[in-house]
Amino acid sequence: MTSYRLRWQRKHWRARALRKGRELQAVSDRTSDIGPDDVLLFCTFRNEDVRLPFFFDYYRKLGINHFLMIDNGSADNGPAFAQEQPDVSLWRTDAPYGEARYGVDWLTYLQGRYADGRWALTVDVDEFFVYPFCDTRPIRALADWLDASEVRSFGAMLLDMYPKGPVGQTEYARGDNPFETASWFDPGNYFMTQNKLLKNLWIQGGPRARSFFAAKPKQAPALNKIPFVKWRKPYAYVSSTHMMLPRGLNLVYDQQGGEKTSGILLHAKFLNTFGDRATEEAQRAEHYRNGQEYKTYAERHGTDPDLWCQWSEQYINWRQLEVLGLMSKGNWA
Amino acid sequence: MSLGVIMLVHTAFDRAEQMVRHWAAAACPVVVHVDSNVPDATYDAFMRSVADLADVRFCARHRCEWGTWGLVAASQEAATVLLEDFPDVQHAFLASGACLPLRSIADLIGYLKAQPDTDFIESATTADVPWTVGGLDRERFTLRFPFAWKKHRRLFDWFVKLQQILGYRRNIPEGIRPHMGSQWWCLTRQTLDAILQDPNRDTYDAYFRKVWIPDESYYQTLTRLHTRKVESRSLTLAKFDYQGKPHIFFDDHAELLQRSKSFVARKIWRDADQLYQMFPLPSDPLGAAEEPNSGAVDRVFSQAVERRTLGRAGLYMQSRYPSIDRQTNVAAAPYAVLQGLSDVFPDFQPWLTRQTGAQVHGHLFAKDRAHFADDSDVYRGGLSDNARLRDYNGKMFLTNLIWNGRDEHHCFQFGPADTQDICWTLAKDTNASIWVVSGAWSIPLFSSGRSASDIRAEAARLQRIEDKFLKVLRSPDARARINIMTLAQFIEAPMDVLQTIIDEIAGHRGNALKEVPKMADLTGLPDFLQDLKNQGMHPFLTGDITVGNTQAPKPISRRKPYVISTK
Repeated sequence: MTSYRLRWQRKHWRARALRKGRELQAVSDRTSDIGPDDVLLFCTFRNEDVRLPFFFDYYRKLGINHFLMIDNGSADNGPAFAQEQPDVSLWRTDAPYGEARYGVDWLTYLQGRYADGRWALTVDVDEFFVYPFCDTRPIRALADWLDASEVRSFGAMLLDMYPKGPVGQTEYARGDNPFETASWFDPGNYFMTQNKLLKNLWIQGGPRARSFFAAKPKQAPALNKIPFVKWRKPYAYVSSTHMMLPRGLNLVYDQQGGEKTSGILLHAKFLNTFGDRATEEAQRAEHYRNGQEYKTYAERHGTDPDLWCQWSEQYINWRQLEVLGLMSKGNWA
Repeated sequence: MSLGVIMLVHTAFDRAEQMVRHWAAAACPVVVHVDSNVPDATYDAFMRSVADLADVRFCARHRCEWGTWGLVAASQEAATVLLEDFPDVQHAFLASGACLPLRSIADLIGYLKAQPDTDFIESATTADVPWTVGGLDRERFTLRFPFAWKKHRRLFDWFVKLQQILGYRRNIPEGIRPHMGSQWWCLTRQTLDAILQDPNRDTYDAYFRKVWIPDESYYQTLTRLHTRKVESRSLTLAKFDYQGKPHIFFDDHAELLQRSKSFVARKIWRDADQLYQMFPLPSDPLGAAEEPNSGAVDRVFSQAVERRTLGRAGLYMQSRYPSIDRQTNVAAAPYAVLQGLSDVFPDFQPWLTRQTGAQVHGHLFAKDRAHFADDSDVYRGGLSDNARLRDYNGKMFLTNLIWNGRDEHHCFQFGPADTQDICWTLAKDTNASIWVVSGAWSIPLFSSGRSASDIRAEAARLQRIEDKFLKVLRSPDARARINIMTLAQFIEAPMDVLQTIIDEIAGHRGNALKEVPKMADLTGLPDFLQDLKNQGMHPFLTGDITVGNTQAPKPISRRKPYVISTK
């Protein structure tokens, strides 16, 4: 009965994506270059000119073959820059972000159309995917291994990275590696519960829960993500990349005590661009729960937040994250 | 030309071509079998790509699906061609397109020449090997498997179950004893020929056709009938994960593979350019006779299996989330929960820290905030002292605290004035050691100096809460190490209890108590409790407190322990 209901829900999201897909205008369509074995990246952005160069660099080094990008009404040079890239297909829309389920509808539309039968990585411009052996094995190796192990989806928790000292006082210039300044993270204060309906874990915690949401923990942002999926046409993300339908895809964790292989999305949110952004997005109220998260930041923004504490860890590499227990090699050796 | 190769190919044809050329370059004839699922165009292109090599043959094609007879049929087909076309071949080596020779092939030939009568095939009886996945070992030879395990798992399982219930058994042909092992072998011409020419071959083939995963048992069983000498191990280094799927080698395994001294390894990732460039290594005349030693590889991959199946105890994270309620070990390391002791001894916390060197926290689950050992507002791992955040997921607050600091022993104070949601988790955790001095909450009430009538309601509330906690601790589901004593019992002989606690926390480092903690002044406590009784509120959890047992304790002189023998 429940699965029947979820099936209709999934079909609803798919239909909605088809409708919302019409809002997208192709700016440069290079999708004919996509090969059958290519690993694709899907991303929506708005006014991210400063971040895009490093973003493309990072993911090219990881072995992404083609970027499918949606520009949601940027006013800066970002779209022009993206359009120049030979491995980027770019769409544009000025339709409201919130009404497209925070961009998920647009992405679902593109994924259904271009990612069927391929591995698709869905991230934001400030999310950087880290997986076991990512320094020695390209993302294609991960995809092939997951294929061989008959695994369809791969989880990667969002890990908020922050600088030492007030966030507003960092300097981030176009092309910089954000983790040279925002190199710190909380190593062991994440908590989770299981979503009985969709089977995903709901993970919260980290510096945002500790500093901004301690008094209202329920509203602390969700950190569970399933960004890497062997896509099939019927699939749909339900809420950002936090959970999916069919719900079997959400079982990226083991319940018998073993560890499944998992990664991390390093979240470069807390840079000097953060303060302005929080104010702007709070006014725009286009984000989840009308941007309540951004409102909370904006309220706090008067006292430029310093998230660093004496137990913060400085990022070294994926092995460090695996030893701390934030991600796992699982069965991959 | 004494070594011939049978190569099964179904994908990654560019790599397969490369492998064919490696073998051919060492003057080994190769007979290739290509899966009949492969489109003809691909097949033709592959054939053309190695057309320049004289001693390469292609045999008739079979459909090769995992776990089916097709794989055996393919190797039979290829072996027949190999033995017929190349009469000089003395050993036949079964490989796939993803098998990469690690040591020089000349070394392998030399190694085999030195043992001309030996068959290298892993072959063990089903009674002795626990490796099988899915629990079917003996039964794979005695049941029928009409449904594909990969495609119709439920039907497969259902049909197995049905046969088990009905007690169905196939007859094993006379004269054979089922053996199984790695499907990659290297057999002598004599043995392979005998298997293929066996007068009973039709009977055996008909039987194995319906065995589950025959490529792991056909040659392994029949070799035993004809061999002169079996070396029960595979010359191909192949590791399997907990589901029986082969592990894949990547560029960063280069050193591991080199050290393994194995002749051939699989599976190699098709894009592992570095491995394909590096291997096979040039011939090494000095080390030519060296035996393969895959110990390091074994360790790496068995660790992976362990991580995948057992995981790190006490860790709860995005890809390991066992139900906390169903586990016996909740936290990552042993810890102690102390109820009431800090009421009896106001300076208990610093005293215990001095005595044991452990992390002694205050009331971690206090209503106002978490009182960490260092009284900071953020503790190890970034744990906040905020009570609301803590209570939002108390279980994981506890498991995080212990996981982050699992190199140290943690103790914390607990009491009826604290948030009680954590009770069941503590009681069910075999890592918890819980010490309760019941009724000790009466001491701070008594010292507050207020009259019993003021305090009556509060005392009743605390007693109710503590009683509930004690019921939890006494339930049959409680698995922690639990010590409950009344306040009266405790103050009879407090030093003995303290010594036990310290020995348990500090282990061998625990010394005899040098310093006695200062007990709260209990003069007048019996009257106070009597007052409460007079008002109708019986503090039954304190036990029977009399004037006699409320006097300050004297340090006990511990007798020097003589170790007589430690058996």
